[in-house]
Amino acid sequence: MVQQIAFIITLGVAVYFIRKRILLIRSTIKLGKEKIINDNKSARFKNLLLVAFGQKKMFKRPIPAILHLFIYVGFLVINLEVLEFVIDGLFGTHRIFAPYLGGFYNVLMNLFEFLAVAVLLSCVFFLIRRNILKVKRFWATEMNGWPRLDANIILLTEIVLMIAILTMNASDQVLQERLSDHYPATGALLFSSLLVPSFQSLDTATLIFIERAAWWFHIVGILAFSVYITYSKHLHIFLGFPNTYFAKLEPKGHMENMPVVTNEVKMMLGIADANAVSSATPGRFGAKDVNDLSWNNLLAAYSCTECGRCTAECPANITGKKLSPRKIMMDTRDRMEEVGTSLAKNGSGLNDGKSLLGDYITKEEINACTSCNACVEACPVLINPLEIILELRRYVAMEESGAPSAWNSMFQNIETNFAPWKFSPSDRFNWANELKK
Amino acid sequence: MPEAPYQIPTMAEMKSKGEIPEVLFWVGCAGSFDDRYKRVTLAFVKILNAAQIRFAVLGTEETCTGDPARRAGNEFLFQMQATNNIQVLNGYGIKKIVTACPHCFNTIKNEYPELGGNYEVIHHSAFLQQLITEGKIKFTGGAFKGKKITYHDSCYLGRANNIYEAPRSVLEALDADLVEMKRCRTTGLCCGAGGAQMFKEPEKGFKDINVERTEEAISTGATTIAVACPFCMTMMSDGVKNKNRESDVQVKDLAELIIEAQG
Repeated sequence: MVQQIAFIITLGVAVYFIRKRILLIRSTIKLGKEKIINDNKSARFKNLLLVAFGQKKMFKRPIPAILHLFIYVGFLVINLEVLEFVIDGLFGTHRIFAPYLGGFYNVLMNLFEFLAVAVLLSCVFFLIRRNILKVKRFWATEMNGWPRLDANIILLTEIVLMIAILTMNASDQVLQERLSDHYPATGALLFSSLLVPSFQSLDTATLIFIERAAWWFHIVGILAFSVYITYSKHLHIFLGFPNTYFAKLEPKGHMENMPVVTNEVKMMLGIADANAVSSATPGRFGAKDVNDLSWNNLLAAYSCTECGRCTAECPANITGKKLSPRKIMMDTRDRMEEVGTSLAKNGSGLNDGKSLLGDYITKEEINACTSCNACVEACPVLINPLEIILELRRYVAMEESGAPSAWNSMFQNIETNFAPWKFSPSDRFNWANELKK
Repeated sequence: MPEAPYQIPTMAEMKSKGEIPEVLFWVGCAGSFDDRYKRVTLAFVKILNAAQIRFAVLGTEETCTGDPARRAGNEFLFQMQATNNIQVLNGYGIKKIVTACPHCFNTIKNEYPELGGNYEVIHHSAFLQQLITEGKIKFTGGAFKGKKITYHDSCYLGRANNIYEAPRSVLEALDADLVEMKRCRTTGLCCGAGGAQMFKEPEKGFKDINVERTEEAISTGATTIAVACPFCMTMMSDGVKNKNRESDVQVKDLAELIIEAQG
């Protein structure tokens, strides 16, 4: 009874905090500009199935892909067991599904254990890759401090949670022999039975304590981890799915149109459509802060797990420029969190004197982009850092007239000579003279 | 001018004669003004003539598509250019456009429709591939046999528009020994000029992107770096100069290679 009450309180506290964070994340994403994405549902579902569920893009790098697949499948499947944990916790039962499922329960438990071991080993490999082999993309400057710690916390937590499952199952198997009334038979569990010999010598009271401690540790760990995830890059395990669904379907070379400008240009040229709706306030051109980006860009920032495949492919980054597409996403997220948290406390929010461009992302970074789409191609969850970069450039060029001077000269050439270089438009066809001779 | 060896009719001339071309050849600013890329324009025009394609150009009526302005953030200038170009193109009733510039190709194909310009747009690599398949380009043979050629993917053809095979099949038709760089197709490394980088100095770093890419191209052992984009042409040529390999490594466009193969 005491355990039940304790469990209900624990669950309630976790749900309270998770809900609070979900609402905050939701309202923070909604800071973004409205953008209706409801076209071509079949192509979107295909992306969701292949890229998110099917992990298609991960397999460009087979070794991390397989390790990641173990953790991903483990996450999906082991969470079924959490359902039993919650029911047992609420009703004071023990392994409630065991009697109903019979032999199948044993199959399930063995599958969970196999996945638990696979997750555990994968996490160990990932820790080694990050911290000992020092894979380059995990050691870029934007990974210093919290981002690197965050990654290690996630991997260590998963290892500890898996150890708890195996410990619980091992002690449970010994108790099944000694107190069969209270501990329904699970049948032999392949991996945890390897631990059984070291548990046999312990007395029953100690075993009961270990089993309960492992059970509590696992469920409290999972609940705490769920709260933690909402503050962490690990949020990709949820938001990666919608992000692939809402990802851009046009060819990567297509740049988002600005209808506001179209109206103005047509008016200037005297060809305005009489029916065209002229928006009263065109708002800001391009993006200076997170609310100038689309909600889709903001969702993408929350979906980023900082793997750095984008940055590893970025030609500017490879050759030592400051631009890192991963940092663009991390900065966007950090700024969103800052604004969102402030607004939740009735703070100044967007009017805190700071902005995404300037305080987080510098012009030097966005100016270095070649718009080559390597980052977009590389992302396993279809995040598009290029869209953000180009929106920031639009702000700089149109609102600040702050483009690099060489670009301003290029603009001037196009305006006066209709070519980005300083050539006379009347000479444009001179190339043909050689052949006409 | 029936006596002239090559026909380069303009749309205005065609219209005055009441003729309609099969395809408009969009030359682009680099193809019109850049000394190096003018040679590509000439090579492509020679091929069009030899294949008896009824084409036309806009001549002095052509202007920048606006791509560099848009990528540099100046949407107004882009849309001014685009709207004017679309008026000219629609005025002539253009249906089909071929261009040797992937940036013009991408802009006209993907970005003009939203502004009222709807055309079938083909990059010259796909156009050349088609002419080869149809037997309209004939090779006297063997000029490239055993010669190593590597193809540098243009971002605006490749990742931007998923055109990876057309330029390669043109090179294979030349009977050349096509060698790939490690970073090719979807993971091809940019030459460094896209996104309006062509028109300014690079930001501070420890290396220029074109040098990084040229080193990779040269390391394949290829004596020819094939390109299909005016900006890639400039960047890779500068890279070869930087490495002092001008004497044994050449940077060539697909159209130029076809002309060479024809001897």
